[in-house]
Amino acid sequence: MSLLQLEGLAQHFNVGGGLFSKPAKLRAVDGVTVSIQKGETLGLVGESGCGKSTLARSIIRLYEPTGGRVIFDGTDITHLSEAELRPFRRRIQMIFQDPLASLDGRMSVRELITEPLDILKIGTPRQRRERANELLETVGLSAAHAGRYPHEFSGGQRQRIGIARAIALDPDLVICDEPISALDVSIQAQVVNMLEDLQAKLGLTYLFITHDLSMVRHIADRIGVMYLGKLVELAPAAELYTRPRHPYTRLLLSAIPVPDPAVRKDAPPATDEVPSPLDLPSGCRFRTRCPLASEICAKIEPEPRDFGGGHLAACHHADESAPTTPITNPERENA
Amino acid sequence: MSETAAPRASALQARLAELSRFARAFRRNPLGMVGLFIGLLLILAAIFAPWLATHDPYAPDFGGRLTPPGAEYWLGSDELGRDIYTRILYGSRITLFIVALVIFTSAPIGLFMGVISGYFGGWIDAVLMRITDVFLAVPKLLLALAFVAVLGPGIVNAALAITLTAWPPYARLARAETLAVRNADYINAIRLAGASPIRIIARHVVPMCTSSMLVRVTFDMAGIILIAAGLGFIGLGAQPPLPEWGAMIASGRRFIFDQWWVAAMPGAAIFLVSLGFNLLGDALRDLLDPHAVRRT
Repeated sequence: MSLLQLEGLAQHFNVGGGLFSKPAKLRAVDGVTVSIQKGETLGLVGESGCGKSTLARSIIRLYEPTGGRVIFDGTDITHLSEAELRPFRRRIQMIFQDPLASLDGRMSVRELITEPLDILKIGTPRQRRERANELLETVGLSAAHAGRYPHEFSGGQRQRIGIARAIALDPDLVICDEPISALDVSIQAQVVNMLEDLQAKLGLTYLFITHDLSMVRHIADRIGVMYLGKLVELAPAAELYTRPRHPYTRLLLSAIPVPDPAVRKDAPPATDEVPSPLDLPSGCRFRTRCPLASEICAKIEPEPRDFGGGHLAACHHADESAPTTPITNPERENA
Repeated sequence: MSETAAPRASALQARLAELSRFARAFRRNPLGMVGLFIGLLLILAAIFAPWLATHDPYAPDFGGRLTPPGAEYWLGSDELGRDIYTRILYGSRITLFIVALVIFTSAPIGLFMGVISGYFGGWIDAVLMRITDVFLAVPKLLLALAFVAVLGPGIVNAALAITLTAWPPYARLARAETLAVRNADYINAIRLAGASPIRIIARHVVPMCTSSMLVRVTFDMAGIILIAAGLGFIGLGAQPPLPEWGAMIASGRRFIFDQWWVAAMPGAAIFLVSLGFNLLGDALRDLLDPHAVRRT
């Protein structure tokens, strides 16, 4: 059974607008349907501004979704009041991108980690303190760190504190909003490994949001690709890398840097600017940058189609010319 | 037990270390020290007035009317033969009382309005801020004047009138600070644990506002003293025979060319104290205000 189910989730914002002008509608998330199974890790990738983080914040109701439904463990939580939401709060937690911004600098590490327990009145103050020490050990810090303040730690350590806080309530689902993109590459792998260990130990389910395609491959079971507020492709991780269906996914994959100077790649095929989410193109929203775009793309917005094995892609031309190796460019081989 | 006592001690040590760092930085600012000195002088004068005074502040002595400053009357005597030095000492009590009353009422009101307005936004923000704007639109002294005229003269009424004019800047300030932090991720993180708005505001938003509020309060003290003296001067503040500085200037006005000290001495006291609070505020802003450019 799926733990989290999104049905056409939409988050539109009104931008600008004054006394005499109508506000423009910014479609940050524009109808995302996906479900996450218990215990799995769903990766969510896309360029900055494609609505990944907004989606995360809509799921946990930091924003009020403007359309669609969020179903958590069988309950529709989209329109619950804050009081009704309370029992679900502890089951869905989040790890933020910037660990320093997500930790109140005037609180000690112990206070930071025990605060969620205080709020939900779990255990006695003494038990909470012990739990904080335990959690610090779990994330690879020590109880001796509990009296210190966030600015005394390195970026990687701060993120560990953020993770300790997120798992303090023993959640089912943890939304990781670019948890590693603010960290050094050397630290990224450590944090990813720790997240995997925690998942195995605590039976966590992850929604792992990132723009780093090379890292998400290692942690995600399935990967969704977002473009301008829509999910354009969703496939098991290995399948997505070997047989991408959507031209946007291919574009992203071709942009992954290869750590080998001998492999010099050509420039990515599409170079146009991303259209503004305030003024989306008609039909398929990727058509302005798409090498396969044809007449139908301007007229009809493609719906996700199933290509078997849980591989969905929203493209009119997804069944044509699917190259098996996305990294290599055919022109380069001729040269 | 020792396990829990140790970190608490280290937290206390950290606070103390921070305090001593702050004190060291403050000592490097000579003007700030002057301001602090004047402020302390005012407080000490108010506390020890009965012991420092040389005469009775109220008893007239018609033999010694309008005596120039000298050995008997250090700062001269007024038209009823009362010692001006003694009256200034006792007047510091009234000044401090008004300042304290205004600060302890206007700062919490402003903080409350501003934080509520900034945190909840929307129509609550619009309504509260328009009310604030109405108060800000009228010059302070004029507004205070109108309120005292309605409430009737007196020290407490003068203080209340000043409060009504003093809270809007605090509301603006607190709102701005709140807007800056209300969507911060650390607030979101706490919201995710199900924290109520009251808890978020009390534990995470208000503490963020305190340092800039403190700076603003110190600056405002000078203004409050001036308005209080102004109200006293036109007879709407403290009433005679209370030795309020503004009222003292008003009574000395008649003798200003021949017996200048009657008006000049309380005027000098007002000047000195306002200057002191301004200097202190300046120094505190340099140290506490995160928005100000740090000078080293």
